[in-house]
Amino acid sequence: MDSSIKMAVNDLDFFYADFQALHRILLKFTSNQVTALIGPSGCGKSTLLRCLNRMNDLIPYSRVKGQVLLEGRNIYDPNVDVVTLRRHIGMVFQKPNPFPKSVFENVAYGLRVNGMRDRSMITERVEKSLKQAALWEEVKDRIHESALGLSGGQQQRLCIARALAVEPEIVLMDEPCSALDPIATQKIEELIHQLKEKYTIVIVTHNMQQAARVSDVTAFFYLGKLIEVDETKKIFTRPSLKETSDYITGRFG
Amino acid sequence: MKGISYTASGRQRKERSIRLVFFAIALASIITLGLILLFLFMEGLPIFKKVSVQDFLLGKYWYPTDDPADFGIFALIMASIAVTGVSAVISIPLGVLTALYLAEAASARLRQWVKPVVELLAALPSVVIGFFGMVIVAPFLQDVFNVATGLNLFNAALMLAFMSIPTICSISEDAIFGVPAELKEASLALGATHWETIWRVIIPASISGICTAVILGMSRAIGETMVVLMVAGGAAMVPGSLFDPVRPMPASIAAEMAEAPFRGDHYYALFATGIVLFAFTLLFNVVADYISNRYRQVGAATL
Repeated sequence: MDSSIKMAVNDLDFFYADFQALHRILLKFTSNQVTALIGPSGCGKSTLLRCLNRMNDLIPYSRVKGQVLLEGRNIYDPNVDVVTLRRHIGMVFQKPNPFPKSVFENVAYGLRVNGMRDRSMITERVEKSLKQAALWEEVKDRIHESALGLSGGQQQRLCIARALAVEPEIVLMDEPCSALDPIATQKIEELIHQLKEKYTIVIVTHNMQQAARVSDVTAFFYLGKLIEVDETKKIFTRPSLKETSDYITGRFG
Repeated sequence: MKGISYTASGRQRKERSIRLVFFAIALASIITLGLILLFLFMEGLPIFKKVSVQDFLLGKYWYPTDDPADFGIFALIMASIAVTGVSAVISIPLGVLTALYLAEAASARLRQWVKPVVELLAALPSVVIGFFGMVIVAPFLQDVFNVATGLNLFNAALMLAFMSIPTICSISEDAIFGVPAELKEASLALGATHWETIWRVIIPASISGICTAVILGMSRAIGETMVVLMVAGGAAMVPGSLFDPVRPMPASIAAEMAEAPFRGDHYYALFATGIVLFAFTLLFNVVADYISNRYRQVGAATL
């Protein structure tokens, strides 16, 4: 097995009741790389992302076929404890969703539910995570104030810090900048660049320029199928398929 | 050039008159409420010419028909508080836990069925619940606990709990179900279990709604008349045990109003009891309103 492959999606089908949202997806995610999932709305890219940490388990009447291998082990195996699995795979959502708690408690939450009790260890890890998410300088004086008082961009970086605090190996991002202004977006993109040194990142985005800027590999989806996947440079300069080039040049979608 | 006309037209006059009509309709119910209150105070306050406020509220003896009469409603107030308190101890856990189950654990199909059924409990006429308490629960309590009468504080509290559970459950369930899915997902994505998510995220985020539900449920219990009239036992004394018969304020008013001479002292005293009761329910509602506004912001991010 190629050791640089962190996660592999193997012949994955996904159904919402009778509707098949994903068709035989085959995709590999390389360690310390950013993979962007692009495609028009409803193409299945978010569905795929949510299959990677089994968030779709929450949807009633949904069904998965095929495998998602995390370091060679199928996460849909019945023996897998989904709670532990999710600790290893962080997620950042489309809309910033901090808990209605203080900045500190937001970041400490994942540590606490994972059994960390030592106050000084928690404090240390909270500070480290906020620094990693490039938020520390902005919030260090209001760390015990409500997270809902932060700006949208700050809230989203707080959500990133919250995800990083539990030291996941993979970070999934579901259109993390879609609710943010360009300045906040730029900050998050810079952050993604830094984070890939430590993490494997999968990002869903509607923004073509963003995919081009932040990712190493881009996968293009259409109607629940993976159309083309390649190095980002190649996808945006010389895509092999006409559908891909039509989409990235804005001719449809 | 004609230009655009900015002057008020017939349409705008129509808008204004529609607004007036709605205002008048809204005003009608407020005025009615005001008149009832005015009446309540006009008929209740005269008793304080005979009895001081302190003696009325803290007097232990309620012998309104004796000569000289005693108008102390302390026993009635304590009865109301005891009955409401005990019923809250029963109804809060049952109501809130049912709500949690329905919102978080039950399948969508089960929820669809159970919630209306719980709400239907609220539609049971209180006289039916009172009848049930009298005929079924009272003899049962008498046998099982070997007490003098099954018509007592505990029976009344139990029946009132039945009546407030639907309120508590239904409003709590709305609050819990209304916690944004984003918060729940954020918690689960961090490796929290469902239970940890409920305890650390969902309950804190919906606590104001749950508190409101509890207080509204209790305010329903304290004002309820028919049930306490039928099953509380009716003895105007400060309760010493769970199985003492008691006479809560609404029961006292309902039982005695018919025999109290019109505009006599007894009549005034009963209206004054009504004022005290009103003060309690008003307090409950104000607190509920305050809590639901105070902790309103629970949502996901506001940009």
